[in-house]
Amino acid sequence: MAERTGMVEKRGAGLWLTHLGLIIGLLFIFFPIWLAFVASTVDQQEIVRPPMPLWPGDKLWENYSEALLSGVNAPVAWMMLNSLVMAMGIAIGKIIISLLSAFAIVYFRFPGRKTFFWLIFLTLMLPVEVRIVPTYEVVAGFGMLNSYSGLIFPLIASATATFLFRQFFMTVPDELAEAARVDGAKPMRFFWDILLPMSRTNIAALFVILFIYGWNQYLWPLLITTDPSMNTIVMGIKQMFPSGDDIADWPVIMATSILAMIPPVIVVISMQRLFIRGLVDSEK
Amino acid sequence: MEKRVTFKGIWLPLLLVLPQIAITAVFFFYPAGQAIWQSLFIPDPFGLSMQYVGLGNFEFLFSDPFYRASFLTTAIFSILVTVVSMGIALYLAVLADRLIKGSGVYRTLLIWPYAVAPAVAGVLWLFMFNTRVGVVTWYLGLLGYDWNHVLNGEEAMGLVVVASAWGRISYNFLFFLAGLQAIPKSVIEAAAIDGAHFWTRFRTIVFPLLSPTTFFLLVVNIVYAFFETFGVIHTITSGGPQQSTTILVYKVYSDGFVGQDLGSSAAQSVVLLVIVGLLTIVQFKFIERRVHY
Repeated sequence: MAERTGMVEKRGAGLWLTHLGLIIGLLFIFFPIWLAFVASTVDQQEIVRPPMPLWPGDKLWENYSEALLSGVNAPVAWMMLNSLVMAMGIAIGKIIISLLSAFAIVYFRFPGRKTFFWLIFLTLMLPVEVRIVPTYEVVAGFGMLNSYSGLIFPLIASATATFLFRQFFMTVPDELAEAARVDGAKPMRFFWDILLPMSRTNIAALFVILFIYGWNQYLWPLLITTDPSMNTIVMGIKQMFPSGDDIADWPVIMATSILAMIPPVIVVISMQRLFIRGLVDSEK
Repeated sequence: MEKRVTFKGIWLPLLLVLPQIAITAVFFFYPAGQAIWQSLFIPDPFGLSMQYVGLGNFEFLFSDPFYRASFLTTAIFSILVTVVSMGIALYLAVLADRLIKGSGVYRTLLIWPYAVAPAVAGVLWLFMFNTRVGVVTWYLGLLGYDWNHVLNGEEAMGLVVVASAWGRISYNFLFFLAGLQAIPKSVIEAAAIDGAHFWTRFRTIVFPLLSPTTFFLLVVNIVYAFFETFGVIHTITSGGPQQSTTILVYKVYSDGFVGQDLGSSAAQSVVLLVIVGLLTIVQFKFIERRVHY
């Protein structure tokens, strides 16, 4: 929008007021994060005697290494690994099954195709939160409590990605499939050599959204990971609070909170364009 | 819409849809069916047998004052979260849209909270308002205000609303900014030449043209407040004090897993299922026919 120079954009005093308004908004957004960061760099004594300082202290290294290596119930480094496996599993798993089924729906006529289409359409409507108890029983029945497959599979059972790829495949020119057929190419060849390379941007955009979705899950890991060594970092933070009247180990907890937001923040900021595209695509 | 050119074969496409069918059947349709089935039964106290009660669980549910209170709590909570976060986001988007240069920088900074999980947002806000060590609590104390969300239900509600709305600002901001930038500048400039001031232009031109975005966000935010804020509630208040922040999703969890009341929890799941269904239909209906035309 750089070349947009209308007459209604503000200049002079109005421009400064606009910036001021935005900066106030940024302060509201960043104050909680800043405070968490400061708390993760001081020692417990400075926090339990309020007010805590608003400027970072010198305990950053101690707090973060304590969190990462020993944590409270389980080392945070371990919980981050669990989160990474879960987020990657959800993103990659969902993308693979959705690509395959969208390809089948768009490029084939087979019995049950319409039924299948409506069945997956239904799954768009029901978040996992609604069916937690029976889903928990299914996962427990398979002996998948405290396992990566238990964390991943129930969350890839929805069709948002299938729809997205279906929409995209519909826009791919028919001539490409025609040419492939004339050349005698097998369907999977066409899928692999033509369709997949064309879908690269869509896949990447969806990956960003799904990675964050998977990383930020809370309720599901809370239910099925009773073993601290299987906790994910986002659900593990709450487990670090003592149950009784004891004072929480705030510096370590806040260091963990910062660590929990670093990977998704990096993904969002570094892939901003893809992220915004993925967001708009997956919602509209 | 159908493709003109298709490949031949029946087994290959069936094989291709098999993974999705299998996963969806096992982890989606079976559990959803179970929820509906279980909602018609009550287990005996020892969990050995199930007794068919028809709609008894639902009757019991709606005669339960705690459940009805939870409905009201959810309504208040969702409306507040939606209004607060959309309000702040719209304000920021309007400001960012007025900039010729630099709106990209603000956008990059403002999308941060999207990446912060609701549960982590909950911990950040809990820390600021903690009754013992919270910075904001301490400064409020200086001003003579005794903040205690552990005892005061209204303060607890305020805190979970702000924490939930905070995490949602980025999302709303991105959609509002995109919506604002899609409005033709000539329309607004024409109004400016006619002497319409900013507020008049906003009220009579910008806001109506923005209504499809606003409506879309309204539905999406209500769905968010209903289902995705569990992490915020669980970390900050655990539904308390005296169930004043127990929203419906939290109640499904606390009755089903903490209270082990499976029949009631299943019936609650079915009620939620109906609510999501309705919201989805509303969303599709209205997004199809763009609101302002």
